[in-house]
Amino acid sequence: MQDVRQPCRLKATTLACRRGDRVLFAQVSLGQEPGTACHIIGANGIGKSTLIRILAGLAEPWAGSVERDGAIGLIDDLSGLDPQQPLGRALGFWAGIDGHQGSAPAERLGLSDLLDVPVRYLSTGQRKRAALARLIAQNAPIWLLDEPLNGLDSAAATLTMALASEHLNAGGICIIASHQPFALPGMATLNLAEFAA
Amino acid sequence: MIRQLALILRRDIAVLLLGRGGAGRGGGSALPILFFLAVAMLFPFAVGPSATVLAQVGGGVIWVAALLAAILPLDRLIEPDIELGCFDQWALRGIAEEWIIVSRILAHWLSFAPALMLATLPASVLLGLNGTTLRLVELGLLVGTPGLAAIGVMIAAITAGLRGGAALAGLLMIPLAVPLLIFGAGSLSSGGSTGIALTAAVSLVLLAMAPFAGGAAVRAGRW
Repeated sequence: MQDVRQPCRLKATTLACRRGDRVLFAQVSLGQEPGTACHIIGANGIGKSTLIRILAGLAEPWAGSVERDGAIGLIDDLSGLDPQQPLGRALGFWAGIDGHQGSAPAERLGLSDLLDVPVRYLSTGQRKRAALARLIAQNAPIWLLDEPLNGLDSAAATLTMALASEHLNAGGICIIASHQPFALPGMATLNLAEFAA
Repeated sequence: MIRQLALILRRDIAVLLLGRGGAGRGGGSALPILFFLAVAMLFPFAVGPSATVLAQVGGGVIWVAALLAAILPLDRLIEPDIELGCFDQWALRGIAEEWIIVSRILAHWLSFAPALMLATLPASVLLGLNGTTLRLVELGLLVGTPGLAAIGVMIAAITAGLRGGAALAGLLMIPLAVPLLIFGAGSLSSGGSTGIALTAAVSLVLLAMAPFAGGAAVRAGRW
């Protein structure tokens, strides 16, 4: 379904994160080669989302460094889709930014019937699926998924895992922060509780 | 890059000028313009109908009303897109915040300035301005409103995400707009082009500064 990807890499060395006076975690390292996945687990508030944002380059780590080789695609609880726009147009805006043609991702995620519906009328799960469609269209080799299964029914959750698996087979990188189980073949697990300061 | 910026500018214009899309906090440029006309209409009631008094202060009133109209849409300039996550997604795609601020300033200016300059015509009749004053007011607004748009977007970026940000934004914007008011409205009493030129100079300084200040503010506001 996806193109063969250019080589990609994501390497984080001894990351630490501080919120106010509190150090959330320290000495977190990970290195992802093409076709590998990592599941970040941990209790609420332990810093999973922050770690994802640090890996994405949206937040600065307190210590340590991140090396990225390849474009980053991010899914979090912000969809980036204009609430007043019909879904098709809102997705079309990002497809234009990413230089993507066609509506295959939306069809794959079962959004074809919703393209005329304004985004504000969509349910949480539908919005999540729309964000996934945007992620696929972006064609970025490194996927950072922050709680990707939130709000999804079991069919959509299975589909999401299948999409992530295809992404890995195509040589992509997948990092998932979630407290829910996420089944991917050969996925490493990083328990943030072990790095809590 | 150019293609991406063109798309972003088109979306900005649709949201700010036409009131479509975006987080949908009220509609386009109609509201600020009606507000501007309402101020111009109220003023003669407040100071009385004396034509000489009105003609003397009318130009200044138009400037103040224009400033107030430019403040109205501040809370929907930057904050909705931060809440939607658009700025994060643009950053991941390597689109600098500075360019987005530039696009936003242009869209904000288009959304209020041309309509404001049109609305100045009926307002000048209500305030009994003569042709010379009207010409100076329009010229001043033409070179001064880009500066107002630049301050507006810059302040909107700085106050995005703060509680009570909208009220704070208005307060922060007024002192920064003072130079524009002094030179813009001042050109009316001196009657020369010096004031207009100084207004344009202030506008240019603000336009040069705003993308960097606004972009840095958006980045600093990330958690």
